[in-house]
Amino acid sequence: MDIIIYLIPIALGLGLIGLLGFLWSVNSGQYEDLDGAAFRILEDHERPLPPDTD
Amino acid sequence: MSTLARPTSGCPSGLAPPSLAVAGDLSAFVRNDGSLKTLQLSVTGARCGGCLSKIEQAVSSLPGIETARLNLSNGRLSTAWHGDLCADRVAKTVSDLGYGVSAFVEDDVGAAAKREERQLLMSMGVAGFAAANIMLLSVSVWAGHGEMGETTRRSLHALSGIIALPVLLFSGRHFFRSALSALKAGHANMDVPISLALVLAYSVSVWETVRGSPHAYFDACAMLIFFLLIGRFLDARLRRQAHAAAHSLAALRNRAVKRLNAAGQVESVKAQDVRSGDTIILAAGERTVIDLIVTQGNGSIDESLVTGESLPRTISQGQILYAGSINIDQPLQGRARGEAGDSLLSEIADMLEAGEQQRSAYRRIADRAVGLYVPFVHSAALLAFLTWVILGASVGAAIMIAVSTLIITCPCALALAAPVTQVVASGRLYRQGVFLRSGDALERVAEIDHVVFDKTGTLTLGEPVLASQHAPHELMAAARLARASRHPLSRALVNAAGPGQVAAEVKETAGLGLEATIDGALSRLGSAEWVGANADTQTGAPSIWYVEGDADPVLFRFEDRLRDDALASVGALKAAGLSIEILSGDQPGAVEHAAATLGIDHWTARVSPSQKGARLKVLREEGRKVLMIGDGLNDAGALSLAHAAVAPGGAIDISQSAADAVFSDGLLSVPALLSGAKQARHVMRQNFTFAAGYNLVAVPVAFAGLVTPLVAAIAMSASSLIVTLNALRLHRGA
Repeated sequence: MDIIIYLIPIALGLGLIGLLGFLWSVNSGQYEDLDGAAFRILEDHERPLPPDTD
Repeated sequence: MSTLARPTSGCPSGLAPPSLAVAGDLSAFVRNDGSLKTLQLSVTGARCGGCLSKIEQAVSSLPGIETARLNLSNGRLSTAWHGDLCADRVAKTVSDLGYGVSAFVEDDVGAAAKREERQLLMSMGVAGFAAANIMLLSVSVWAGHGEMGETTRRSLHALSGIIALPVLLFSGRHFFRSALSALKAGHANMDVPISLALVLAYSVSVWETVRGSPHAYFDACAMLIFFLLIGRFLDARLRRQAHAAAHSLAALRNRAVKRLNAAGQVESVKAQDVRSGDTIILAAGERTVIDLIVTQGNGSIDESLVTGESLPRTISQGQILYAGSINIDQPLQGRARGEAGDSLLSEIADMLEAGEQQRSAYRRIADRAVGLYVPFVHSAALLAFLTWVILGASVGAAIMIAVSTLIITCPCALALAAPVTQVVASGRLYRQGVFLRSGDALERVAEIDHVVFDKTGTLTLGEPVLASQHAPHELMAAARLARASRHPLSRALVNAAGPGQVAAEVKETAGLGLEATIDGALSRLGSAEWVGANADTQTGAPSIWYVEGDADPVLFRFEDRLRDDALASVGALKAAGLSIEILSGDQPGAVEHAAATLGIDHWTARVSPSQKGARLKVLREEGRKVLMIGDGLNDAGALSLAHAAVAPGGAIDISQSAADAVFSDGLLSVPALLSGAKQARHVMRQNFTFAAGYNLVAVPVAFAGLVTPLVAAIAMSASSLIVTLNALRLHRGA
């Protein structure tokens, strides 16, 4: 069972990476616009721009 | 491909009606960051991905634009550009696409709420991480019960304690801080037993680990914090959304006005910078945001949002133009009126304040539940401790049982019951076109037993529609004149006639009518005296006359038509057992007609704003719970005095901010809101009943000393899960 001496730190380390990733995503404002993010993935940037409206 | 479809006005998915409002001068709201200029706009009516790409692409294609990013969740458009692009051009680009635009300035409350929400989310992440990992270790301790060596178990407990410590300090600080400030103020809130449970559970567990005993509560500590933070986060998010909605409405008042300075030049200033006595210029078609005393010019003004009167009124020098009125035809000049104590606005502001006070006194179901919960938990834990000591148990064992009582009665289910339900219910209502402005609005709407409607703009469309029958050539002839005017009756005539020619050199005389020479004959459109008609034939309904040369004058009659869904909506409210009445500032004839059509027995016409407020006070004293629905400035006071209030999306800003909910999809949203609120209340009550029932079972078990960390973990997560799943049932019916 000595293997848990390695396995537990590895498991905690992996979890910690996930946690740091989450904290980073919160601080970089990725949860600011949950509604818009769902649509942005569908946006096609190569579509011709609409005529100037002014 | 249909991607290049004709550019439509407003939301391409039809989720929100296009806006016709034009933003004022916004240059006063641009911030300069070196050579980079930034402007935050609040966009209304953007609801889908189509809106998002339409707006961002149109704005991005303006010269010099660096970034244009629309946040669809809160309707905020952040733009930044280099060069001398005019702020109004950015706003106009968006408003030309059919969206409402106003300048947005973040306030301190909003920024603080945003920070709090972010901190709660981070604390939640840390607590979630710890809870999962400690649970991993705990499961092995439970599974190895009886087989695991004491050294292994103790080191696993110690490791759990190390992981739990940052959670307690970092994530738990929200509860400790709130408990401390409550205790300092001399009362106990829900965070007091929570903090007590956390601190006791952690220290007892440290002690048990040192002793090498089989039970430690580190997992319960982390899980408790995690579940409680979920509820706390959802609640903070709801409150911030409500505040943001209120603030966006306030942003509509961030309008600029044209002021004539001492040098005789016109400058653009923010409305709040205008001082009493300043000379303000009001263009035709513009809405005034401050009270003015007219000094130059005379014309007609549309006061429908101020008084509820559906027809325009003529205004001349020396008369007062109230904020919210629209100048229809002639440019006007006026002097800004000071904050005179007797002005209409200040009267309404007083009523708004009274309403706010009375509403903040409302006790939410969750608060009432907590009021019962706190003493119950404290006495249960204390009683458990004393009973076991008296029965001869050691103090250590008695403390352990008291702690397990505190943990198992943890208010996880209680803390989640209300916020989860409200989030699900308000999300569902949002998809139905109703957006809630306050967290407790749902609870108050569910208690309603009487509904008061305003007429103009609420039950009716708020704009006249041609009611009399005419031959096409008559209509077309009159429309040639009408097309030159912005008067509501002219526009209604043009709407009925459809596209066509405009007569050349149309002259408009304010309050009387229009004239032009067509094919050598003098044609006139306007009041009876303007065309020389016999005024006896005039009825109460709004009407205009048309005369061509020496021919007989033709009478056009109009009516303020009821909304298509008014009858269905009133029917649904009646079917729900509610009594209904109309309070209108309009003429008795028009109100009676509307009331008779809708089958409403109680109606009052020509009601002033303060009379509306007085009527609501009377109803309150009778013990009625009133839902007020209105759109005008004259309704704002009544809206804030009602038990709950709703305003249509087209309502004036101040009425929208006095209301608990704003609907955009028509009057049928009102019964929808009502049934949604009732369902939410039902689910919330179920949740609280469940939480109470759970405690009734859990407390005796804990009292008997049968709660091990395993039992606590299962009970805690199961109760939270059940409450959440029950709330999600609301989602299904959408």
